[in-house]
Amino acid sequence: MSPRPSYFRVLLTFLRNSLVRDMMFRMNFIIDTVSTTSWVFMNLGFYILIFRYTPEIGAGTGWGKYQFFLFLATTLLINSLIRGLFIGNAVEFSEMIRTGTLDFALLKPIDTQFLVSLGRIEWSAIGPFVCGLALIGYSLFRVDYTPGPLVVVLYVFYLLCGAAIYYSLMIAMASTSVWLGRNKTLLDFWFYITNFSRYPMEIYTGDYGVPIRQVFTFIIPVLVAVNVPARLLVRPLDIHSPGDLFLPLFAIFATAGSLLASRWVFKTALLSYRSASS
Amino acid sequence: MLPRAATSWTIFKISVEERLVYRGDFALGTLMRFLPVVTQIFLWGAVFSAVNVASGGDKQIAGYTYHNMIAYYLLTSISRAFSSMPGLASGIARDIRDGTVKKFLIQPIDMIGFLLLNRIAHKLVYFSVAIGPFALVFYLCRGFFSGWPAPQIMTAYVASLVMAFLLGYLLEVTIGMIGFWFLEVNSLLFVYMLFSFFFSGHMFPIDLLPGVWGEIVKLIPLQYLAYFPAAVFLGKVSGPELVHGLWIQLAWIVFFLATARAAWRFGVRRYSGFGG
Repeated sequence: MSPRPSYFRVLLTFLRNSLVRDMMFRMNFIIDTVSTTSWVFMNLGFYILIFRYTPEIGAGTGWGKYQFFLFLATTLLINSLIRGLFIGNAVEFSEMIRTGTLDFALLKPIDTQFLVSLGRIEWSAIGPFVCGLALIGYSLFRVDYTPGPLVVVLYVFYLLCGAAIYYSLMIAMASTSVWLGRNKTLLDFWFYITNFSRYPMEIYTGDYGVPIRQVFTFIIPVLVAVNVPARLLVRPLDIHSPGDLFLPLFAIFATAGSLLASRWVFKTALLSYRSASS
Repeated sequence: MLPRAATSWTIFKISVEERLVYRGDFALGTLMRFLPVVTQIFLWGAVFSAVNVASGGDKQIAGYTYHNMIAYYLLTSISRAFSSMPGLASGIARDIRDGTVKKFLIQPIDMIGFLLLNRIAHKLVYFSVAIGPFALVFYLCRGFFSGWPAPQIMTAYVASLVMAFLLGYLLEVTIGMIGFWFLEVNSLLFVYMLFSFFFSGHMFPIDLLPGVWGEIVKLIPLQYLAYFPAAVFLGKVSGPELVHGLWIQLAWIVFFLATARAAWRFGVRRYSGFGG
């Protein structure tokens, strides 16, 4: 037996097992996929409605209808990655801490954070993901722009950065269950925080808006998660001043920082873990 | 009559105490529920900033100024506080599925009445705790309102809220009763939630819906759960239209009361419990 497990092969096993489990309850899987996808359409309907009344979100910001749809699609892609890979696991992790079953995860010869983060993958998130891709295709067609290979690579890179930032926040919040005993509002709180990043950061203006923008850019960097990749498609490599480079560079820094900080929170939480029951 | 009132009072008291256990969680949860309003304030600010304006007039979307729009969202949070019934329909369906419902068949207690008392108690406890966060948020956002409406409008508003509670309750009870016919109603509930979110006016004022969509949505009862009370407060419906609306809201309550009762009567006939 090799001393170090092959993380890639374990991940593939997780993917396969989850798919097998989903396929055991096929009808449930179909209903799940259809319902998450219908949320997407309801949301899209709301924005279509808004754009009946306004040419853009924020005068002079450039977020016209199809530009905003590119933003929305980016949000969809990141959210479905998070939903598919991590949300169920984070909730389960809180539950493991509460019930003491985390003991079993700790005993396994593999990194605990990896195990609890990816153990159960929800394939039904593929519905919104496909919607996101389709929406990108349609919007790019409407704005008549075909991104070059560099933009595509950068877009995927920043999409993953965005997902990593969201993931860090989620796993750090789930870890706090160790101290709080129970973290029932985890999902609520997660939803309310990421709610701030559902719109282009330009909307946060004025006396109250600017501090909000700064907090959610520099302290809890959820605003860069969607804004940076979305801008790549809307204003591809549109660099006029050093300022335009700042946000993409900061996003890399923010991703690394978030991952490290969440790793630290996770490790510290494990140190305080004292099992439960029996 | 008297023993019945005593029973009801006991049920009510127990439900109140049951709810008070989680008051801290309640207060925090309520305050957090207003966070999306913050993003709505900025989103609509941005939307309105780009709206073309006819010379001299205020910027408007479907008759709503920016202030109206934010006030509308704040008011729907009150409507929803009255009309939302988390877990009611799924609870009834679950009781039917796992057989718990038979307690209502062998005890001299009417399920629809019992659950109503239970919900009234929950709502009263909820309001007694939530009034703090609500007052704080409305005080901070007072600039979006142009003052209190006239006393008769206020009365109509309160009536529409109370009826929103009853309608929300009866709608969910009726949906829960479908569990007598289909064992699994969760997907149906999801569809209901989805439609309710979109067409009750929770997500946006339904006046925004164009043409035939707007007409259809005004015909279905969902608007009375969120849109209608808020529209009454803002003076979007007034005069004969307001009186008419209140009557229709009442009519829907009567309709769903009758439906729920009928569903119970026929459902219980179909129901069969096995084992202990």
